[in-house]
Amino acid sequence: MTALVEVKGLDKAFGGVHAVEGVSFAVEAGQVYSVIGPNGAGKTTLFNLITGLYIPTKGEVLLNGESTAKLEPNQLAERGMCRTFQQMQICMNMTAIENVMLGRHLQLRSSLFTTLFRLPSLRRNEIAARKRAADLMEYVGCGDYLDAEASAMSYGALKRLEIARALAAEPKVILLDEPAAGLNATETAALEELIRKIAAQGITVMLVEHDMKLVMGISDRLLVLNYGRVLAEGIPEEIRQNPDVIAAYLGG
Amino acid sequence: MLNRFMQSRLRGLMVLALILIILPAFLGNPFHYELVIQMAIIAATVVGLNLLVGFAGQISLGHAGFFGLGAYFTGIATGTYGWSSVPALVVGAIAVGIIAWVVGRPILRLKGHYLSMATLAVGFIIAIILNNERAITGGPDGMPVPALDLFGWELSTFGQYSLFGLDISGVQAWYILVSVVLLLAVWFAQNLIESPIGRALRSVKGSEVAASVVGVDTAKYKSLVFVISAIYASIMGGLYAHFQGFITPAVASFEFSILFITMVVLGGMGSTLGVILGAVVLKLLPQVLADFQELETVMFGLILMLTMIFMPKGLLPTITAIVSKRMRKKAGGEA
Repeated sequence: MTALVEVKGLDKAFGGVHAVEGVSFAVEAGQVYSVIGPNGAGKTTLFNLITGLYIPTKGEVLLNGESTAKLEPNQLAERGMCRTFQQMQICMNMTAIENVMLGRHLQLRSSLFTTLFRLPSLRRNEIAARKRAADLMEYVGCGDYLDAEASAMSYGALKRLEIARALAAEPKVILLDEPAAGLNATETAALEELIRKIAAQGITVMLVEHDMKLVMGISDRLLVLNYGRVLAEGIPEEIRQNPDVIAAYLGG
Repeated sequence: MLNRFMQSRLRGLMVLALILIILPAFLGNPFHYELVIQMAIIAATVVGLNLLVGFAGQISLGHAGFFGLGAYFTGIATGTYGWSSVPALVVGAIAVGIIAWVVGRPILRLKGHYLSMATLAVGFIIAIILNNERAITGGPDGMPVPALDLFGWELSTFGQYSLFGLDISGVQAWYILVSVVLLLAVWFAQNLIESPIGRALRSVKGSEVAASVVGVDTAKYKSLVFVISAIYASIMGGLYAHFQGFITPAVASFEFSILFITMVVLGGMGSTLGVILGAVVLKLLPQVLADFQELETVMFGLILMLTMIFMPKGLLPTITAIVSKRMRKKAGGEA
């Protein structure tokens, strides 16, 4: 069986600094796969490379066996890859539910003609999309905010909104960049529950996270980065006992 | 019941239609009509420009270029080559749309100041061409444009017509025509905004990165909205040429582009009715301040600056916010 996401010898240099160097790993469909490492280890750079926001200096990423080298982020979304951001990317000029409906973009193709005359088919699709978006907001736990302006929402709610938007695109694999950052213990517990639910649906989850308790609890496999290089890779138990990891990251 | 109507999608369109129906009662003479017709033509243009600037968050400082191209295409096609108006307007719109697409594709990769400069240059180049191609455009002296004909029915501002047995003058007939066109322009703009395409456009303004990771081809949508707003400008430019009966390269000038942008910013970026109000205010202002004619450009600059500082959301959204706050307070006080 080929891996859903396969990273081969990935390298990204910013000037003389190698943010990511010679990183290889594979994520099987249905896994929860986490990337951990100290600040500045290259985790977010790695995610930006996988999702096509950065172009690698060397190496390549395969999605379902296909090279993503020439693909734009929107083309990766068409192939089932979606993500959230550490620095949240929310359209503050829209309402909460419109942000989630934006996630339905690929499912809602309508011609310019249909749009300009607002034909019944468009109206029907919009009603269905709104319903689906409302369900997703309920699912991630921000159902109270449907028609709120995104700019009026709390930080925690926006983080969940971003996940709802990614799920609206019906991805095969979802990449979450530090979803627990800035959340309190209760919110983190709810997030853990949510990630489990997403994984249970058969969606592959890739996670960059600092919260060790969260990561160790839900991950099938882990990748540890340090100074842009792979320090260790394996199941949580192996990682916990790896002496290099303990020295570099877990702090002994 | 009333509340539900107020929240309905078509509220704005209804209000605008009502104003356009009532307005003639206050228009005393042909000069008033002329002013309002010019306002409506320019308002429809900025409704199109607002799609680009207000909703998609891109800038065009050369939009009068497309307005001017539309005006000259119509003028030349009907005047020099004897086409009738409707095909001239349609073919002109298609031609301008293609030009906008070809030009827009590369320059819309630019952001912020760079995009401003590039669109500014596009406007200048068009104005220079219109000025210099004397043999075709008449150069700086301008060119006459025949009266509008709608499927063989000539609509001259000096004519006398009868509509459903009612005697109306040429300017009144024009008033009806541009009212319908303005309502259509607003209706199309609203339909576009409240659709998946509209969400994609707004997401380009909100967060281009977010848009792209959920599958929005941001480059495509930027080009699309640039072309749509250019087509709006082209059609309205063509109508303007017919209405004025005479055009000069001033229709494509930098001053005109700045006027358009000022209308959008003053009225309220991203508010379709707001930008119409912006057009009305800025068209009326020179009438009120006739004594300061030479300072017109300075005034526009000042208005643009003051709006940006004191009401960045624009006139109509600011007024709406104040009124609804008052109403909430009042309702709260009674309860």
